[in-house]
Amino acid sequence: MATKDAPVNDPMLDPRTGEFLVIGPGHTFKSVTEKVSRIVLTSHTPLGWFFGFLIASGFTGMLLVAVTWLFLKGVGIWAITIPVAWGFAIINFVWWIGIGHAGTLISAILLLFKQGWRNSINRFAEAMTIFAVICAGMFPLIHVGRPWLGYWLFPYPSTMNYWPQFRSPLLWDVFAVSTYATISVVFWYIGLIPDLGTMRDRAQSKFGQFTFGMLALGWRGSVRHWVRYETASILLAGLATPLVLSVHTVISFDFAVALLPGWHTTIFPPYFVAGAIYSGFAMVITLAIPIRKFYHLEDLITLRHIDNMGKVMLTTGLIVAYGYSTEVFMAWYSASRWEWFMMWNRMFGAIGWSYWVLITCNIALPQLMWIRKFRLHAGLMFLMSLIVNTGMWFERFVIVVTSLTRDYLPSSWGTYRATRWDYMTFAGTLGLFTFLFFLFVRFLPMIPMSELRLMLPQAKVRAEAEPLPEAGD
Amino acid sequence: MPLPEGTYGLLAEFDTPTHLVQAASAAYSSGYRRLDCYSPYPLEAAAAAIGFHRDEVSLVTLIGGLLGLAAMFGLETWISLWAYPLNIAGRPYFSWPAFVIPAYEWTILYAGLSAAFCMLALNGLPKLYHPVFNAPNFRNGATTDKFFLCLEATDPKFDVVETRSFLEAHAPVSIVEVEY
Repeated sequence: MATKDAPVNDPMLDPRTGEFLVIGPGHTFKSVTEKVSRIVLTSHTPLGWFFGFLIASGFTGMLLVAVTWLFLKGVGIWAITIPVAWGFAIINFVWWIGIGHAGTLISAILLLFKQGWRNSINRFAEAMTIFAVICAGMFPLIHVGRPWLGYWLFPYPSTMNYWPQFRSPLLWDVFAVSTYATISVVFWYIGLIPDLGTMRDRAQSKFGQFTFGMLALGWRGSVRHWVRYETASILLAGLATPLVLSVHTVISFDFAVALLPGWHTTIFPPYFVAGAIYSGFAMVITLAIPIRKFYHLEDLITLRHIDNMGKVMLTTGLIVAYGYSTEVFMAWYSASRWEWFMMWNRMFGAIGWSYWVLITCNIALPQLMWIRKFRLHAGLMFLMSLIVNTGMWFERFVIVVTSLTRDYLPSSWGTYRATRWDYMTFAGTLGLFTFLFFLFVRFLPMIPMSELRLMLPQAKVRAEAEPLPEAGD
Repeated sequence: MPLPEGTYGLLAEFDTPTHLVQAASAAYSSGYRRLDCYSPYPLEAAAAAIGFHRDEVSLVTLIGGLLGLAAMFGLETWISLWAYPLNIAGRPYFSWPAFVIPAYEWTILYAGLSAAFCMLALNGLPKLYHPVFNAPNFRNGATTDKFFLCLEATDPKFDVVETRSFLEAHAPVSIVEVEY
């Protein structure tokens, strides 16, 4: 890690390695536990929480209105029509599910790579995954037009004697997303159990003791339990890693298996996965920076975290840039005039501006993250995370809309202009996501306390030679 | 089933993981077998000290994953060949490459659920009541910053007086007799 320009006597730096400390200095088992559990167990909810929660509730209410009207009137209230039958619903679906992927990446892949710094951020990154999957999963369901028949997607013995068609990527999606949602919830809950035990033991109110007690399932920290628990965590991480890669791969198949110019390409799976991680890390930063400031968690979510996440974003951003350039290259190299026209239309056609928004947000501006000072500036990184997420939304917009509006036959060309109901539904899911997140930070420990304890130097068992203290000590 | 009565065991509290591991390995090597350690974070050294090395979670996960794979691949094959054969653009009824994808997802689904539920089942959880919760100092520290060693009364070597003096030699912060 580049540390040349860092001051030597900075207490936030590890004197041995020169790296940023993952946890601020001077913490004990008790202090980290108290710091995290106090946020939940306090009877005094900060005013700012109510304020944010109120705004988020407002947007959630808007979502309810938009969806109710959709159910009453049908999908005609959206701008979707032929040829653009996918529109905002699928753009938002892909965008949200991509955001979710960073949570799994942080909790699973970084666990397998023994990246200890992830411990402070994995809990709320996983929560982010679940809430993002809730928002994502809603879109295909309400997009089918008759969501109350959504269960037709699943293979079950029906009186109609009908079964689903397993050669379709849209059905693969059902299994990929439902597995992803289930495993994410299970992984998150298993991770929560020891901390729920801590909350049960620290809660003062009868209601808190009872609720956390039920949720903790009687966790008592037996070392035998811990061994099995650790095995299960590692296995879940090992399973979630191929899962997260497969989920966005399957989503990219929704496009890549179709024959449309701009969709029918083999670069989609890897570049969709990289894009998902890119936007997901951006969302983790969007959430982490205000939270650490508001709850004074700068010791636990340190600049090291922001710095590392900036590096991950830079890397995945470059992979995405490689994906874009491969698309352009292949459009030329394939010598397919439809591909070449699609690329020209994407850049300079009627909605060419959206392509340049995406290039600016996803490729040009993020190069600032090469600068170390930039990565260590919380405010600038917060701004960058918003820029990247805007860019990633436009990426999906460009992919869905430009290809669908201009396919092979000019007679079937069309336009797309989102209606107010499209915008309300999208903004509403942002509200729902924030709403759920506010509830999460208020009622559950947002940082895994047991994993923080493990990272403290006093957690290590020292060598045998150490003398026992006197009995009276 | 009648509830057991009397002493569950002696619970010694320690301030550091090092002291816990030393006391636990001493207890194990002097013949105690019904004993358990409690720590606020995973402490593999303590589990090793009381002779607990391997668990079956991995095996159950593997079996679960294979079951999921077989279940979904079998379902797809049965549906596409016998229950509801559909000609989709002339593709074969047995389109196994396409079937791999849902089968892969269900492998992960079953394996993940097996890992989680097997861990809970082998740990005997959920179990909302346990005698160690009766110790007044357990709630204060076991899930925060204290380390406990419990020598259980069902052990043939257990004797309230002798076991207490054995534990005292390891300088615990306190020793509590835990009732059922």
